[in-house]
Amino acid sequence: MNIACLISLLAAMAAFNAAAQTDATAEPASSVFENPLPPAPVVPIDRLVAANLVPLGIQPLLCTDAVFVRRVYLDVIGTLPSAQEARNFILDADAANKRRVLIDRLLERDEFADLWALRWGDVLRIKAEFPVNLWPNAAQAYHRWLRSAIAANMPYDQFTRELLTSSGSNFRVGPVNFYRAIQNRKPDGLATAVALTFMGTRTETWPAERLAGMAVFFSQLGYKPTSEWKEEHVFWDPLGTSTTPGNTVPGRAEITPGTPPPRSPAPEAAREPVASHPQFATFPDGQKIELAPDRDPRQVFAEWLTRPNNPWFARNLANRLWAWLVGRGVIHEPDDIRPDNPPSNPALLAYLEQELVASHYDLKHLYRLILNSQTYQFSSVPHFPSPAAAANFASYPLRRLDAEVLIDAINKITGASDLYTSAIPEPFTYIPENQPAIALPDGSITSPFLALFGRSARATGMLNERDNKPVPAQWLHLLNSSSIQRKLEQSAKLKTILDPSHPPATIIEELYLTILSRFPSPAEVQTIEAYGPQKPSKPAPAAKPGQAAKPPAPVGVKRREDWQDIAWALLNSSEFLYLH
Amino acid sequence: MSPQPRIHPHPAYSIGLNLSLGHSINRRDALRLGLFSTAGMLCSSNLLAESTAPPPEPAPAIPTPPRAAKAKSVIQIFLWGGMSHIDTWDPKPDAGYDYMGDFRTAIPTNVDGIQLGELFPNLAKQADKYALIRSMTHRNNGHETAAYLMQTAHAPGERLAYPSVGAVFAHFKSPGYKGLIPPYVVLTQPQGRFCEEGFLGPKMKPFATGSDPNATRFEVEGIVSRGISDTRQVARRELLRKMDTLGAAMAASPQLAAAEEAKQQAYELILGQGRDVFDLTKEKPDLRDRYGRHTFGQDCLAARRLVEAGVPYIVINYPGGWDTHSNHFPTMRRQCPQLDQGLAMLLQDLQDHGLLDTTIVWCCGEFGRGPKVDWQPPWNGGRNHYGNVFTALVAGGGFQGGHVVGSSDKRAEEVQDRPVYPVDLLGSIYALSGIDPNARLPHPMGSEAHVLPAAAEGAKSGGLLTEIMG
Repeated sequence: MNIACLISLLAAMAAFNAAAQTDATAEPASSVFENPLPPAPVVPIDRLVAANLVPLGIQPLLCTDAVFVRRVYLDVIGTLPSAQEARNFILDADAANKRRVLIDRLLERDEFADLWALRWGDVLRIKAEFPVNLWPNAAQAYHRWLRSAIAANMPYDQFTRELLTSSGSNFRVGPVNFYRAIQNRKPDGLATAVALTFMGTRTETWPAERLAGMAVFFSQLGYKPTSEWKEEHVFWDPLGTSTTPGNTVPGRAEITPGTPPPRSPAPEAAREPVASHPQFATFPDGQKIELAPDRDPRQVFAEWLTRPNNPWFARNLANRLWAWLVGRGVIHEPDDIRPDNPPSNPALLAYLEQELVASHYDLKHLYRLILNSQTYQFSSVPHFPSPAAAANFASYPLRRLDAEVLIDAINKITGASDLYTSAIPEPFTYIPENQPAIALPDGSITSPFLALFGRSARATGMLNERDNKPVPAQWLHLLNSSSIQRKLEQSAKLKTILDPSHPPATIIEELYLTILSRFPSPAEVQTIEAYGPQKPSKPAPAAKPGQAAKPPAPVGVKRREDWQDIAWALLNSSEFLYLH
Repeated sequence: MSPQPRIHPHPAYSIGLNLSLGHSINRRDALRLGLFSTAGMLCSSNLLAESTAPPPEPAPAIPTPPRAAKAKSVIQIFLWGGMSHIDTWDPKPDAGYDYMGDFRTAIPTNVDGIQLGELFPNLAKQADKYALIRSMTHRNNGHETAAYLMQTAHAPGERLAYPSVGAVFAHFKSPGYKGLIPPYVVLTQPQGRFCEEGFLGPKMKPFATGSDPNATRFEVEGIVSRGISDTRQVARRELLRKMDTLGAAMAASPQLAAAEEAKQQAYELILGQGRDVFDLTKEKPDLRDRYGRHTFGQDCLAARRLVEAGVPYIVINYPGGWDTHSNHFPTMRRQCPQLDQGLAMLLQDLQDHGLLDTTIVWCCGEFGRGPKVDWQPPWNGGRNHYGNVFTALVAGGGFQGGHVVGSSDKRAEEVQDRPVYPVDLLGSIYALSGIDPNARLPHPMGSEAHVLPAAAEGAKSGGLLTEIMG
């Protein structure tokens, strides 16, 4: 962008901001979003956070119930609350308990497992094709295992062990696909993926010998095909049998018709390999061990990793979960744990780790701790726009809804559905209509919307593969595409809400509860009432921009398209598009 | 052919050049050297295959243009499905009925010695403006794999999903590009999963217009919407501004400021000057007629307007495609005249606007079609996929017109002379556009990925198209 363009843009933005402020009418806009009374810290998390905020002179505020209900639904189940759910929660008089009760309810919802299988699916790279090439059937098995583990609240140490030490068919034993969803399947590539996933560290930042020492644990892994198209067994293969050509899993004579299978592996080829002499591996903490010939070294590594005093294991999970819920890691970025990237609040992170270990890796315990804290419930209005404030969680950071969550929210409001397809012509990728995007099992199943709004490519498992930065093409889609316009115009659900026999006030309230999960403010009702033709009953061609600003305007009868414009505006508001 | 190199030696090449060939240059460097020297054909063959020296890791490639770029924009006309070469731009009148089928005559052009198939009378008058590469080859007969090859020059099936040439342009040209319209535009429908941004991420995705430029109103998706008047657009934009309560409460938020900036840019297209580029009614009706009142003709006109607006990379995915397994000859009779009219007019019009010297036009499919007609059922006179040899047309932006590069044999079945591989064609386009083919592409995991593949990756090369690069 050149300078002239930049200047005109800045001028336009300044004008916009000034206008926005004058339009905020009588009450401060922030009253919709935050309680004016400063809270006193109660639980350990809040005391630990306050310990860092007080020296910075920061007194955070809590979000309102309306903000909370929307935030916690989107964060915990990736699903917008219905108008009725939002209304019930906001009007619930049990102020002391209602947030806790709602959190407990959401943690048991089906969508909880959908959303968190989506988040973990990014980390575990569940994708049928390009570049990890799991194949649809295997991607489904991987996702099925993952989603059930999350729904059952499988203890995190067991979850990790199953991923690291399973053996068997990629179609039948879901977690073996962990080792298949890796582009570089050499021992150092496997170790790199394990370190990123379970230790939250990037091996590029390691000394070379540390990676080499860890890679030995993954040097006896074998992959071999079966008679089934694209089926593959992942297993402990100390003798390197899977490297013998033509050696398939029993039950099938040959892979390629016409190629005679070797009757038995050639003795030389089978005896020579990796485990024929003592092997030494080194844990990332520097401890060296000799590998026993009768034990899968993956188990040895998993045992070390899941020890309570392991310096990476609980830390990685506690930090990831905090980052997913609070919007920023105590160590930031969450998958870049290294000595020169210290936590912003070491005591807070240590506390979360302790709780995780002491609860026997009960993930829902950690969800509850974080979600019930005031810190999670801080307002997102940034009164203290300093980097230190952000690093110490002074406010809940704004984040654009993830692509899948956003399209699900739009479809929930309009009652529409999107078509999801996979480029691989396999029956396993049949997608029922009305399937929410958060429940898609396989990163190869997609839609133009998901691609445009930056869903993860699931190539590396790094969190920054998900790209929520705004680009103009996304706005073209939201503001002006035939797809969104069609959803608004053809929505039976909106048609019910916009029924002309309802009084306008009812319609406006229902629109706000449906789209923004809150009641409208009086100023907002006024703005909406002034939109559209101003003479009662007589259709005017269209509203003029200046006209709407004149208060108090006589209430005209809105045409259907005026109401659609209002729904359109709510859908394009930052309040809808952003977690706040 | 004039001596090379035409590009400043990269530091890595200098190291290589100081050593004797065949000893210390690894194959990757060899190909890179090859791409920039007349020795290209030698270097990229087996000469260096035995070289085992460890690679002197090249210094990070610098994405700055290694030479002044001749071409500012590229129009790629993608004849997806694979257009038959023998019926069109590589006619073999002596090959007989089983090869030539319905089209047995070749017609002369305004350049001595160059002939075209009989369905291209307009292009025949423009032969001085383009060169025909009649020895394109990659020997791959699958649509997706061949399209991937032609769009990336990388072998399909590697672990990395490379970006298409348009996304590579978007990546390198975005920093200096000031236009309102996205830098990589597709007219009108995106074509296939291998023609996109690969690992470069959604910002490098093509902007596909959708709709039909030959309709009364070219309703570009997201820019020109059906049934929403400008008055209503303005009114609801104002409504949105007033209703954005969170935006008002959080005016200082840098996230919202970034979103607002992107939204402003979108509105420059919806309500500002951006959309005018797509408004073909601003052209004289007579000119629109000469392009042809069909989707492809008006695609070409829209492409010229996009070039005028400075858009670096424009793809026209040929409406309907060319996958003529059956019903081949009637389809050719219907489509070739439109291709002829639109493309010939595009070249003429670019020249009339003084844009041909700075605009590359390249036109080919992912492969050609079998030169021997399949008369048997179910084809009944069709032609099937054929990657052994086919023809590409290149013009403008530093490519010299009036030439033929390479040749096929007497029945257009194999390369006879001077093979041209995808890496050579794309490498030449990159070179004329000031994009360093060795430049490293950003990969999310830091994997080593370059614009063009190295010889070690198995990419065959016949050398850059130096004989037609002015």
